[in-house]
Amino acid sequence: MLTPILAVIVRDLRLALRRRADIASVLFFFIIVVSLFPLGIGPEPEQLRKLAPGVLWVAALLATMLSLPRLFSDDHRDGTLEQLALTPQPLGLIVLGKVCAHWLISGLPLTLLAPVLGIQFDLSGDALWILSCSLLIGTPALSGIGAIGAALTLGVRGSGVLVSLLILPLYIPVLIFGAGAVDATLTGTGAQAHLSLLAALALAGVFFAPWPTAAALRIALE
Amino acid sequence: MSDRMINWYKYAGPQAFYPLAGKMIPWFWVLAAIFGIAGLYVGFLVAPTDAQQGEGYRIIFLHVPASWMSMFIYLVMAFWAGLGLAFNFRLSGMMAQALAPTGAMFAFLSLWTGALWGKPMWGTWWVWDARLTSELILLFLYVGFIALQSAIDDPRRADKAGAILALVGVVNIPIIYFSVKWWNTLHQGSTVNLTKSSMATTMLWGMLLCALACWMYAIAVALMRVRRIMLEREKDTLWVREELAKEAQ
Repeated sequence: MLTPILAVIVRDLRLALRRRADIASVLFFFIIVVSLFPLGIGPEPEQLRKLAPGVLWVAALLATMLSLPRLFSDDHRDGTLEQLALTPQPLGLIVLGKVCAHWLISGLPLTLLAPVLGIQFDLSGDALWILSCSLLIGTPALSGIGAIGAALTLGVRGSGVLVSLLILPLYIPVLIFGAGAVDATLTGTGAQAHLSLLAALALAGVFFAPWPTAAALRIALE
Repeated sequence: MSDRMINWYKYAGPQAFYPLAGKMIPWFWVLAAIFGIAGLYVGFLVAPTDAQQGEGYRIIFLHVPASWMSMFIYLVMAFWAGLGLAFNFRLSGMMAQALAPTGAMFAFLSLWTGALWGKPMWGTWWVWDARLTSELILLFLYVGFIALQSAIDDPRRADKAGAILALVGVVNIPIIYFSVKWWNTLHQGSTVNLTKSSMATTMLWGMLLCALACWMYAIAVALMRVRRIMLEREKDTLWVREELAKEAQ
């Protein structure tokens, strides 16, 4: 069961590494959006510290969403997706592999970058640590839920805007608990509960999302 | 038993459902008007002035039914969508598509009347309260469904894609609701909870009558819309031409 997943992950990673600019543009989008906020609202450290969790999380959401259309569209265009759907392995497993690869390409780098950007917002060491933890736990859920939207809008006109319309409302719980974890650390109430709920969301998202995604892909391939 | 089954399946086809819907629509409009007039009569003339809120509370007779309908229609829509996905009925997708704008309208109406009610009572148009936020997200889900359906040109694919989205949304609604609720209680106390006095029975009756009126209105409008969708989608078939020829006479 693991072989097809691993094969898809390795393949997608290899493809992504040959087009590093795609990964980099998403990361720079993340950096730029986060950097715009201090310019927009002023450099008072007190205010920035308060806004940091929300700003970083919203920027991570937007950056993930930006990378979603490419999850299936290249494979759809050159016919690979059709071949993948015809393989004896369940399409859900292949989707799971693609979701994992997507997380390794977008979610993980975002997680690694976030603490550096958090320093710009004058976050304390504790808060930076929880921020990284919450992103590490939460971004798989973003990739999983996002795959549903990417599959539904595959080959549809205006799919870039459409995917945000479909997916952002479904991202709200992840945003609330992710930013809430950092916020709870800042106010000193402890992030344990938020992180547990976030982990539950991520597990449920990654486990269940491949099936509707596979169904949506089959519809798109009809 | 068996002939009843046949009857059901007969109306699952657009051809048979079209005239049936046409016959039902006037009845639902009449019922909507009767319940509406009765509800407004009870609401404005019979129900007493509220001790705490004065006359302003009377917006409840539109606000609460609209909120109920917005949530209920989403469930009905998802039900039809799931049925269409499972059994491939043509009519199911059409019903889901016909219900979505009405549901979105009720969600918007619920937010709008809520804002109008909130301004005099709480002193603000909008609070990031759990209920308001989840209603707003419900509106977003409706908008996403409508946008997805209208972006896909092939109606069969639009139906199926919309169905998946609607079902994912149904699974997510409780999650969203509880996340929003917990998020809120962690940050601020329940500043917006009205002190619950037991509602006067006449108020309750007015509200129920108005809810029934909204219900009948929603059915009538959805049926009207589904008839148009049927004509549009099946415009190349013989029965549509016959129906249109009949209507043109």
